[in-house]
Amino acid sequence: MADALLSVRNLSVQFTTYGQTNPVLKGVSLDVPARSQIALVGESGSGKTVTMRAIMGLLRSPPAKVTSGEIFYDGRDLLTMPDRERLKLRGTAMSMVFQDPMSSLNPVFTIADQMGTILKYADRRLGRSRSGRERMARVHEVLGQVRMRDPERVARSYPIMLSGGMRQRVLIAMALLSEPKLLIADEPGTALDVTTQAQILKLLKDLVEERGLALLMITHNLGVVRETSNYVYVMNKGVVVEHRPTAELFEAPRDDYTKALISAVPRLTGGTSFGNAGAAA
Amino acid sequence: MEFLLFLFRRILWSILVLVGLSIVIFAIARVVPGDPARMALGPTATAQQVADLQEKLGLNKPIVEQYGMFIAGLSRGDLGRSLLTERPVNDDIRDTFAATFELVLATITLAFVLGVPLGVAAARWKDKWPDTLVRVLAIFSAVTPSFFAALLLQILAGYVLHILPTTGRLPHNMEFVAGITGLLTVDSLLAGRLDVFGEALRHLLLPATALALATMGQIARITRSSMIDVASQDYIEASRAFGVPEPIRVFKYMLRPSFVPPLTILGLEFASLIGNAFVVELVFAWPGMAAYGIRTILQKDLNAVMGVVMVSGVFFVLVNLLIDVLVGFVDPRVRIRGSR
Repeated sequence: MADALLSVRNLSVQFTTYGQTNPVLKGVSLDVPARSQIALVGESGSGKTVTMRAIMGLLRSPPAKVTSGEIFYDGRDLLTMPDRERLKLRGTAMSMVFQDPMSSLNPVFTIADQMGTILKYADRRLGRSRSGRERMARVHEVLGQVRMRDPERVARSYPIMLSGGMRQRVLIAMALLSEPKLLIADEPGTALDVTTQAQILKLLKDLVEERGLALLMITHNLGVVRETSNYVYVMNKGVVVEHRPTAELFEAPRDDYTKALISAVPRLTGGTSFGNAGAAA
Repeated sequence: MEFLLFLFRRILWSILVLVGLSIVIFAIARVVPGDPARMALGPTATAQQVADLQEKLGLNKPIVEQYGMFIAGLSRGDLGRSLLTERPVNDDIRDTFAATFELVLATITLAFVLGVPLGVAAARWKDKWPDTLVRVLAIFSAVTPSFFAALLLQILAGYVLHILPTTGRLPHNMEFVAGITGLLTVDSLLAGRLDVFGEALRHLLLPATALALATMGQIARITRSSMIDVASQDYIEASRAFGVPEPIRVFKYMLRPSFVPPLTILGLEFASLIGNAFVVELVFAWPGMAAYGIRTILQKDLNAVMGVVMVSGVFFVLVNLLIDVLVGFVDPRVRIRGSR
């Protein structure tokens, strides 16, 4: 998959804290072709979040240091391109859907203000310009796309005035503002109740398919993997231990760790049931 | 709507607080040993003269009746006569309050305008040299007694460098009568007298700086810790991932949610400075109410003491009400929920 939209090649990252250096990623490779739905699954501490942050360019250095590898987006290595070029991609061509709707929105600014600001600077980086009125029109349009019934009212609201599910949809709308080609979703909806999470995942999947976006879903939840992806990478202790089409993985997991992960999913009945959250949707 | 209700409740509470304050202060003033009549008349007065003055002041009446008289006067806006200056307390306070108010206003402005940027810089370069510098500065300014800072500034700027005046509000030879606000800087501008404005500002600078140091340190520290706390919030990381530039992140997304703690501190400091400015007022011969309050306390000038305390109390309540409104303006959560 050399022509993938996003291609991580042999990425190694180490963290230095309190004088100790620990390798966190040990040669991770993964591919996200255009219009594909890929899941990256692993338990806490497996390195999936560090992988995501490295892709987005959000690692802080120090303590983090990329020791080897490349991250290609559209054939260009993100790690060696000038900061200016990389900033042009962040939040525009590749965008992130944040995990926690309760804490990922600034509590003292309206949704319109926050989305307008994101759009304003995204436009500026891309050398576009839009009037304030045009920006608001775009904000309302995107809020409508995430199925808000009254986009104008939502835009005028402060986060505290919205429910958790609505806030999560605002976070999705923020990621969609500049029409990205790649969405990286960090366990969206984990903080919500299961029915709302199922709706959010359904919405995300619909949006990705409607617009032909590529989706990289970072999660520890096998139910989410099953619902939202057709190809899956399993990570453990900083390496990818197994990667296969999603359906195959659930039928016949090969790696011992994957087997352990699948058998760790709590079951409600005597039969086999993988995951819980997305399954109902 | 919720917020208005919240403010209304706060006003009701404030009135209760003021009533409580009046009772406590009244009781304390009566319990403290020493006879106000004797102190006013001096050691040479006869027993008969002292008794006459006691009669005149109502000091021989039951304490509850005395309190009743005080409240009756207060409700008419009459604070009685001062034994010390032999003038109505109302006049004394009117003349001195504006001076203290102007001083404290300048102090607070200085503390805020310097303290907040220092705190922001310290938070932005946490654990780097600007942070260390600000923290050392904040500790030093917080532990330096204001009279010491006042004397130091007076010696340095007044006697060594000869760049700033060291006493009073205006030069002796300058003719200017304060207008409606009583604040010389404001009144001089209203009257179009730029020369007076300049002098008033020059006279204000040293005492305000001496008084501002401690508050500035406080505000810098609070702003710093508040900013650092907000910096680690998910929404700041999110704005980074969406490519919002750093100046906007720091000065908009981080600063505004960080503003509530320094504002609250500011309100408390503002109000307490009204009473605590006396050391600096004495050093700089500033004709303010704090210094007047101290003189009347030492003289057991009961009416004046009560007047000063009540005016300070009302001021305290008003300033904190204003701060509540400002906090509601800065943080919509307060406005919407109606409380913190």
